[in-house]
Amino acid sequence: MAEAPPSPIDLLVIGAGPAGARAALRAQACGLEVLLVDENSDAGGQVWRPLPPGFTRAAGVRSSAEAMQGDALRDELSGSGIRCLFGHKVWNVGGSLRTDLIGPEGVVSWQPRALLVATGTTERVVPFAGWTLPGIIGLAAATILLKSQNMLPGRRTVVAGSGPLLMAVASGILKAGGDVAAVLDLASRADWLQTLPSLASRPDLLWQGVQWKALLGRAGVPLLYRHGIASVEALGNEFRVHAQQVDMTGAPVAHAAPVVFEADAVAVGHGLVPGTDVTRLLRARHRYEAARGGWIADADAQGRTSIAGLYVAGDGAGIAGAAAAGAHGELAAVACAHDLGRLTAEAHARERNRLLAQWRKPARFGRAMAGLMALREGAVAGIAPDTVVCRCEDVTRAEIDAAARDGARDMNQLKAWTRCGMGPCQGRTCGDVAGALLAAHVGNREAVGCFTGRAPLRPVSLAEVAGDYTYADIPIPKAAPL
Amino acid sequence: MSGNARSSTACDAVVVGGGVMGCSTALHLAQGGMRVALVDRGPLCREASGVNAGTLTLHMTRAALVPYAMRAWRMWMDAEKWLGMGVLATPVPGLTLAFTEAECELVELRARARREYGAPIEVISPARAREIEPGVHPGLLKAGYCDIDGFASAYLTGRAFRHALTAAGVDVIENTPVEGIDSGDAGHVVRFGAAASRPPLQATRVVLAGGVWIENMLAWLGVQIPIKVLVNQLIITERVRPVMRTVLSVANGLLSLKQFANGTVLIGGGWQGEGDRERGGVEARPENLVGNMRLAAYAVPALAEARIARIWLGLEAETADAMPIIGDVPGVPRAYVVGSAHSGYTSGPFMGRIMAQHILGQQPELPLFDPARLLGMPMPGA
Repeated sequence: MAEAPPSPIDLLVIGAGPAGARAALRAQACGLEVLLVDENSDAGGQVWRPLPPGFTRAAGVRSSAEAMQGDALRDELSGSGIRCLFGHKVWNVGGSLRTDLIGPEGVVSWQPRALLVATGTTERVVPFAGWTLPGIIGLAAATILLKSQNMLPGRRTVVAGSGPLLMAVASGILKAGGDVAAVLDLASRADWLQTLPSLASRPDLLWQGVQWKALLGRAGVPLLYRHGIASVEALGNEFRVHAQQVDMTGAPVAHAAPVVFEADAVAVGHGLVPGTDVTRLLRARHRYEAARGGWIADADAQGRTSIAGLYVAGDGAGIAGAAAAGAHGELAAVACAHDLGRLTAEAHARERNRLLAQWRKPARFGRAMAGLMALREGAVAGIAPDTVVCRCEDVTRAEIDAAARDGARDMNQLKAWTRCGMGPCQGRTCGDVAGALLAAHVGNREAVGCFTGRAPLRPVSLAEVAGDYTYADIPIPKAAPL
Repeated sequence: MSGNARSSTACDAVVVGGGVMGCSTALHLAQGGMRVALVDRGPLCREASGVNAGTLTLHMTRAALVPYAMRAWRMWMDAEKWLGMGVLATPVPGLTLAFTEAECELVELRARARREYGAPIEVISPARAREIEPGVHPGLLKAGYCDIDGFASAYLTGRAFRHALTAAGVDVIENTPVEGIDSGDAGHVVRFGAAASRPPLQATRVVLAGGVWIENMLAWLGVQIPIKVLVNQLIITERVRPVMRTVLSVANGLLSLKQFANGTVLIGGGWQGEGDRERGGVEARPENLVGNMRLAAYAVPALAEARIARIWLGLEAETADAMPIIGDVPGVPRAYVVGSAHSGYTSGPFMGRIMAQHILGQQPELPLFDPARLLGMPMPGA
């Protein structure tokens, strides 16, 4: 492993989405030496995703509002002189906040004084029969295809799940020239109407939603509220999607006639789960808040965690939406600047109050959306016994239930007994749903906890860590006693 | 305490510590007719017994423990018979590799020492070693070879023992930290913390089986015996194509390598990470990760391209003379201690069995390891 480069870093920011990038800019403005790291090729995160390296928009393809916001952020960053390491994955973080990266040049480590984790979220999918078939992708994955290369998931797509991504993906597909077979929303019209007072806090975003819906209406796309996917069958290159009516908890309504849609792609997502890999790895204190996406690092309003020098910001700190993430990142940045002695108490208080005021309205909007995306217990309860929950290790719901009946009481025990969460994704995909399944036996999510965080945060090969060496370079300790 | 003691449940034996040795002791005591409770502050086998490399080898076992390990090896292979649930114990040959002249001597020395205790280890040529393990590095000079070797999936241990203990009528009390033990002429009173809201357990006998925490447990009884804590790093790869089919170690013992049926390769060997008794395993030491991975990828070159899926740590206990502590707690009647066997997972189930035989008044199949010898013995390097 390479030695830590000599140049001292005050703040290392993981994730260059709206929260991380704005935090980096604000921290630099406060006089901190900042290093901004992201595994993507440029800043923007998931919401303002950059085009792949070397790509430009074809003539006639209009930039979306999000693309323009992303371009503005990328311009601002490149003009700032902030040191950015794009195309670098953080694979390990030590207790001293030493951050180990893997990039094109190999493995490199940095030792910052403070660390801000702004790693966003992972999409949750509540499993159904057929969910692991090729051609069935997440709503977030669909947005990656659409945003990065204007690609369609298929010719004709069923869009299903919950939250604002449903409308965003369905309208994105229509705009890109695809067909949407149907939109299946676990929420009811009434659920959406209940969020209206909060949505009014951001008329611009509300208007965007209205436009999306109008577009679907004009295209004659069936929009089924209180419906979910019961199962998907593959028939050659086509899917037969069995939609099913659900109740307010997401549980299938018995005896409701299924509605069948034909499609060649399915985009499905049941909300977003905050990315807590780094804070769990560092054993920061966490708490469970279903309305904010699930387990989150226990942090104050400015993202200070239970570990000195470790901050969280953006949706990874608890879902409040992209529009609120920038101010949240800046709140963490000024907290860090103050904690490192670069911002006086008065200046910090002034900045904090200003940023909190800026954060409140979009956060109210974002949290209303997070509420729509929260895990629905009935949907989890409705998972069929033979449906795979952990797709890395092919662990079914029945196996999870059996482990619980055999006495598994916490997530790590469940992992050991069934291999659920032991695969390459480290439980990012299945952890939330598996937690809900185990909690149904044990009592609550707090009691079952979450998977212990483990390195590597991203898979890294032995060759990459080992580097170039001969046998003589291996620092073999003295022999064990006979 | 006497008021509490009167109101508490009486057991023939309370075993404190639900790792392999505690579980095996409890199970064999129950099968011997005793009324047994097994207490752990966490779930069963979630410390060293559930997170170790699962190596069932004689190459790395202390020479004097070979007869114990050979009996335990059979117990693991037959786990489904006596636990009712297996741990994927898999017999494969084991090789100890030498890549330098000094290591060749070490392989000869270690093989000889273990042969004296009955391990069927022979030293073989590189050509023969590559027939047995085609995946090994071409620079191999010599290898120790043993047909009795193999591995288990340690993470399944808790589930298997829980199944067996419950079936045998042992009162399994998990997630309940013991606060202390009061010992007197009337027996022992095992006290729990206030959070447990559970009355103390009264027991005729207590067995301390707390791994690296045995030192703290002995202190409850007023006995001072230092136990060293090793913080072993473990690394597992993602599923890869078959790259090896044996258990591999190196001459000085600091590598253990095996590929499970699911394709993952576990890399261990006792490279040290950060941690201690109080905090548990905290984090890997980067330089020791590099060293361990280099050694693994050197031994089996095809491993270089494998991606690491997970890195974790487990605590291993060691006494001042690096031999187990199994027998009577000095000066405390009807109190026993079992632990600190090097490569303790390998020999653990047998160590629990002989502990139980002693407590039941039977002649143990093999001699115990008298804890009294460790009183006042200084810890080397301390």
